[in-house]
Amino acid sequence: MADVTFTVDGRKLTAPAGTLLIEACRAHGIEIPAFCYYPGLSLQAACRMCVVRIEKMPKLQTACTTTVAEGMIVTTESPEIAQARKATIELLLGNHPLDCPVCDAGGECELQDMTFKYGAHESKFVEIKQHREEQQWSPVVFFDRPRCILCYRCVRVCGEGMDVWALGIQNRGAGSVIAPNKQDHLECEECGMCIDICPVGALTSGTYRYKTRPWEMSHIGTVCTHCGDGCKTTLGVRRSNDGMDIVRGDNRDKSGINGDFLCIKGRYAFDFTERDDRLTKPLVRQSDGQLKPVTWEEAIDFAGKKLREIRDARGGKAIGVIGSNRTTNEEAYLLQKFARTVLGTNNIDHHRTTDYPAFVQALAGKPEASLRDFATAKAVLLIGGDATEQHPGLAWQIRTAVRLHGARLYVANHELIKLRRQATHFLEIGENDYASLAAYLGGDDAALSGDKATAFREGLRKEESLLVVFGAEYRGKAIEALVKLGSTLPNVKFACLGDHANARGASDMGLYPDLLPGYVPVTAGGTFAAEYGVEIGLGDLKADASRTHGLPAQPGLDMIQMFDAAERGELGALLVVGSNPVARYGIDAAVLKNTFVIAQDLFLTETAQLADVVFPAASLYEKSGTATNTFGDVQLVKKAADKAGVRTDFEIIVRLGAAMGADVRQLVPFGKAGVRADMGQARGAQSGEADRHGVWLAAHHLEPKLSPFDPFAIFDEIQRLVPAYDVSRLDLLAGNDQHVKPALVQITAAGARRDLVLPTNDTLFTSGTLGRYSRMLGSVMEARKPAETTAAE
Amino acid sequence: MPVISTHPDSVPVVSWRFGKGAVSIDKYIELEGYQAARKCLELGPDGIIGEMKASNLRGRGGAGFPTGMKWSFVPKQSAKPKYVLVNGDESEPGTCKDRLIFEHDPHSVIEGTLIAGLSVQARMGFIYLRGEYRYLLRIMERAVDEAYAKGFLGKNIFGSGIDFDIVTQTGAGAYEVGEESALMESLEGKRGIPRIRPPFPAVVGLYGGPTIINNAETIATVPHIFRIGAAEYAKIGTERNGGTRLFCLSGHLERPGVYELPMGYNLKKMIYEVGGGIPGGKKLKAVVPGGSSTPVLLPEEIDIGMDFDQVGKAGSMLGSGGVVVLDEDVCMVEFALRTMKFYRHESCGWCIPCREGTDWLEKSLTRLHAGGAVDKDIDNIRYLAENMLGRTFCPLGDAAAMPTIAFVKKFRKEFEDHLEGRGCPKHRVPEAALV
Amino acid sequence: MSTATTIFSPELAARFDKLVTLYPVKRSALVPMLLYAQDEVGYLSDAVVAEVAERIGITELDVRNVISYYSLLRTKPAGKYHVQVCTNICCMLRGGNEILEHCKKSLGVANKGVTADGVFSLEEVECIGACSWAPAAQVNYDFHENLTPESMDKVLAEYRAKAGGGK
Ligand SMILES: Cc1cc2nc3c(=O)[nH]c(=O)nc-3n(C[C@H](O)[C@H](O)[C@H](O)COP(=O)(O)O)c2cc1C
Ligand code: SF4
Ligand code: FES
Repeated sequence: MADVTFTVDGRKLTAPAGTLLIEACRAHGIEIPAFCYYPGLSLQAACRMCVVRIEKMPKLQTACTTTVAEGMIVTTESPEIAQARKATIELLLGNHPLDCPVCDAGGECELQDMTFKYGAHESKFVEIKQHREEQQWSPVVFFDRPRCILCYRCVRVCGEGMDVWALGIQNRGAGSVIAPNKQDHLECEECGMCIDICPVGALTSGTYRYKTRPWEMSHIGTVCTHCGDGCKTTLGVRRSNDGMDIVRGDNRDKSGINGDFLCIKGRYAFDFTERDDRLTKPLVRQSDGQLKPVTWEEAIDFAGKKLREIRDARGGKAIGVIGSNRTTNEEAYLLQKFARTVLGTNNIDHHRTTDYPAFVQALAGKPEASLRDFATAKAVLLIGGDATEQHPGLAWQIRTAVRLHGARLYVANHELIKLRRQATHFLEIGENDYASLAAYLGGDDAALSGDKATAFREGLRKEESLLVVFGAEYRGKAIEALVKLGSTLPNVKFACLGDHANARGASDMGLYPDLLPGYVPVTAGGTFAAEYGVEIGLGDLKADASRTHGLPAQPGLDMIQMFDAAERGELGALLVVGSNPVARYGIDAAVLKNTFVIAQDLFLTETAQLADVVFPAASLYEKSGTATNTFGDVQLVKKAADKAGVRTDFEIIVRLGAAMGADVRQLVPFGKAGVRADMGQARGAQSGEADRHGVWLAAHHLEPKLSPFDPFAIFDEIQRLVPAYDVSRLDLLAGNDQHVKPALVQITAAGARRDLVLPTNDTLFTSGTLGRYSRMLGSVMEARKPAETTAAE
Repeated sequence: MPVISTHPDSVPVVSWRFGKGAVSIDKYIELEGYQAARKCLELGPDGIIGEMKASNLRGRGGAGFPTGMKWSFVPKQSAKPKYVLVNGDESEPGTCKDRLIFEHDPHSVIEGTLIAGLSVQARMGFIYLRGEYRYLLRIMERAVDEAYAKGFLGKNIFGSGIDFDIVTQTGAGAYEVGEESALMESLEGKRGIPRIRPPFPAVVGLYGGPTIINNAETIATVPHIFRIGAAEYAKIGTERNGGTRLFCLSGHLERPGVYELPMGYNLKKMIYEVGGGIPGGKKLKAVVPGGSSTPVLLPEEIDIGMDFDQVGKAGSMLGSGGVVVLDEDVCMVEFALRTMKFYRHESCGWCIPCREGTDWLEKSLTRLHAGGAVDKDIDNIRYLAENMLGRTFCPLGDAAAMPTIAFVKKFRKEFEDHLEGRGCPKHRVPEAALV
Repeated sequence: MSTATTIFSPELAARFDKLVTLYPVKRSALVPMLLYAQDEVGYLSDAVVAEVAERIGITELDVRNVISYYSLLRTKPAGKYHVQVCTNICCMLRGGNEILEHCKKSLGVANKGVTADGVFSLEEVECIGACSWAPAAQVNYDFHENLTPESMDKVLAEYRAKAGGGK
């Protein structure tokens, strides 16, 4: 819309016509106080804090509902306005418990801030305040009624934002109260949005309440360790006896790709870090068959010696490596480099939750959609999966696009997924019809029938730009077909949905027996060999302990083949990093009885229980690096917490390499010329000191020193070898998400690769093996059980 | 069954058919009923609105907005259907006039709704009665059925090719729902929370369509304007205040009742002659001239004509036509408290100043009346009210604040007499105040 | 909604089926439906809330939000005859409080109480639109005006007789 010019507090400002005055002022640095106004939610004009004086208007006007107009003259601060705001606060405080010293929101409470600003410090009332007991509405949500100022933000974010509608307003007048949908408790998605949006301490969370004061925490924005959306979560940490504890997760600065959103996992399911049964000491199986805690040195030496023995005696082909969907890109990359150059094997794989290789190959340089793109999309085609459960961040973005930008949503699914409520077109198809759907959309009229299908396709064909996003129902050739047909429409971008925080990174970093990082076939690893300073194809031949091995050129064993080999007694050793294949693939313990198993994990998982050496690993919240979400958004992972005893997987791999006699400098090029250091992020530093340190070094032409445990030492190598990751390092370090570059990927016959995709099928309240260790997720599922059983009856 | 009261000065326009059996459609037709609608079908929208403007009819709901002008704001072209909404929520303390209309002349409301519809090419009307008037719903439903049976409602009304439907319903107990936008929310099945304006109902109203909303008396007056002629009607009242009004006289009067008198009728005369004066030869203490929301007038302020402009000039409002008379024995603190108790009970709770303000005002007044107040409390009561005024989301906050400010201003001495632990000098303390 | 599963009488269920068709949107039928349901069942029980929510196609929470807004709607049973005495300004000026006190005494219940036999319940209410005929009270939907303690007794006696028994 055209710009209009108006005057605020004597300053001439311009903004597009139709902009709300409060927003126009904010954009120009003029802050107008507001309790009920919240960007992106429906307007209320209920709190009356935003009142301003507009010339020619008889009364004060609410800036939250007034749109700017040409020539408008506005005053936002004056004695009259201050008085109005002060009176409002006085009224609110009349019945407010003023229990700020014990309130979770104390120190970051908007009511407190406003009271401070407008000086409503004199109590005008002598009446006894009405006390009401705090109520627990769910494992997540607690409600303290007397603190509530009835801004209705929670009601709106739950309804309009989440499409859950679990909160309401009951009674009227001074008796008005926020009410949960099940009379005395909540049944909802437990996202905690209501808690974060509460300007006061009326809604508090089960994890955080009465734990700490806000100013006692440091706040570190990092990437959530759970699903494939890779939302930014800001962790509030506090020093404790054994490190830095996470006390809170939130999303208040809204600077992440997830915008306003976080789900229960991103917000509360960090609690696994503090579990009593968290591994903090390395374990080595003794002659009596028991796992016994030992020192790190002992465990590393033992494991390294065993690996070396097995490699030297039986060759790399007798060793298998299973990587993780939750470690950083650097760790995944390092793991494959370690496997190929130190262990001398291509027997490396990970739990594949979707077919990324087929996807990137099909894309062949066509644009991929970032998670950000969805919030402003004009039209979205969503096929398969259940985004609300498996990709809640994506579901939020899509709802936002529909709600705020009138986007058209096309949903095709074999289930009545919740997002159909936002859909302009919902097409219910059979479970096995996904391929037919692609064919139909591609023009094969015989593939599907019915008016709905026709309208669906007709609608899509009219779209001028479209984001196509699909679930793991599509693999191999089917993905190819889908991308091909999508490409016939103008301005199409694609996204492929996989599970877990860095499943995409695991795939991009080459945790495959046949693919190197960047999906380069192992048979064509020339540039890699050059970079690594090794020869190709010498893996098994040069069993020379003093040197790093060459790069094996034949595809190795995949996940299933490794276990088959183990069963046949052909797998001498198996290194499992942050993965639980024993539970996931239902592997019988007997299969591994002749294999030396090393596990790196947070807990004694089913896999770790069978291991001979178990290394206590750091979680994603306790390390730095980068991670890539399923949309190809690369983000900085910042170390937030610390747990005494644990080590990052990066460090464990490097030390294993060293114990095996490998050249650490070759594994991690930390001394190499041209390698740039980070600015302290690797050490978990935030701002201030660390940044100054880096700046000072640079100013003195000194190379910041990197340690071999510094993941950024290897990021340069990744950027050189994987063109898609040639993103702006500066932006990345500044905390901005960077989208992977479209890159041509030449995988021969990707469609013909063996289909090993096994979607995790997580729900809002599960998160693979890791999720089982979250008490919060567990208690939510427990709380929901009776409801679900009765419903089923 | 309450009936209209009469006085030699009464001018029966709206009440012309009261007591004549016009509840039945045949009788109504016999008494020139549905002639106005036929006439308006011929006049067409512009003709109707022209007449309405000429009649100088001003809304009887409280604000006194010129009705013809209100109708003219409805856009001619609209993508969404237009509606007529009749506000029969009558809940302002002191007001009981719409009830008489529904009870004695239901068809005049139906015919008025129809004409309003014709004036803006609406095809549907709603008549919303307050929940307490459930017995009137039966009367209205029967009348609507009769009109359908005669072909005055439904498809092709009066053979004109035009369709018009009317739905009647009641609320369920909420004063705030009388506020026009809250009424629309209620009619849409929601809590009676008012809407943000602009947009105004004439542009975006019921179900998002342009909507005429008028008080039931306003609507019932419409057919009479076409019956006697707009000019004739205008002549009855004063300048810019056409016609008659149903005044509800209540309180300390010999002959309380609802009287139809010309606009501009002298208030003093209304009290002493029409209402028969104060019983027991007592002195007049105060008059609330237009329902509980209007600032109180002192005896020396009542020699005024009862129209919107003159009462306004006297510092109060004509409001809904409820004239409440208080004799010398009334405790003004108790009266102020009872008034505030009402607003506290009826505040929808949406906005802070009204929700919290009415609550604290009631508490403070209760304490004052019971003798628990200190000096600064009187100023505080005024402070609270003054800080509500003009700051709330809808006019209910003003309706609570304005009379309160007037009570404190005009009866400050009496408020002070309650201080220092004395409590009400006139009354035993009501039990409620003691707990 | 099939009449087989309804908790309402067939007549009321049929009325509801029609009610939702009268308005441009179904939800408009909510408040009238709640009133009719309350008239038949006596109060808005959980079962009523559930069925109304289903008929309108909204959540039970939404129904409760609306119920709790309106003062005539109740979620607990009242007496067979619900006596509502107005004490607002006009009635107050003409003895409304005395009528209320009188009712408390003759019924033996406090404000919002229900008599032991369940015949009467008592409530002090805001203005009911009988200001010119004050003081006034409503028993269920019937108005009784120009009351005195004596005439109020007569009114109560009539209802007591209707309820089929003296006290
Ligand atoms: C709190 C409040 C309550 C109101 N109650 C009523 C009412 O019961 N009946 C009514 O006709 N107007 C009432 N009004 C006025 C309406 O908002 C509206 O102005 C009126 O129905 C317009 O009709 P009119 O132009 O015919 O007067 C109320 C206004 C407010 C602010
Ligand atoms: S002034 Fe505010 S709280 Fe009061 S009735 Fe209006 S909107 Fe509701
Ligand atoms: S922010 Fe404008 S009224 Fe609350």
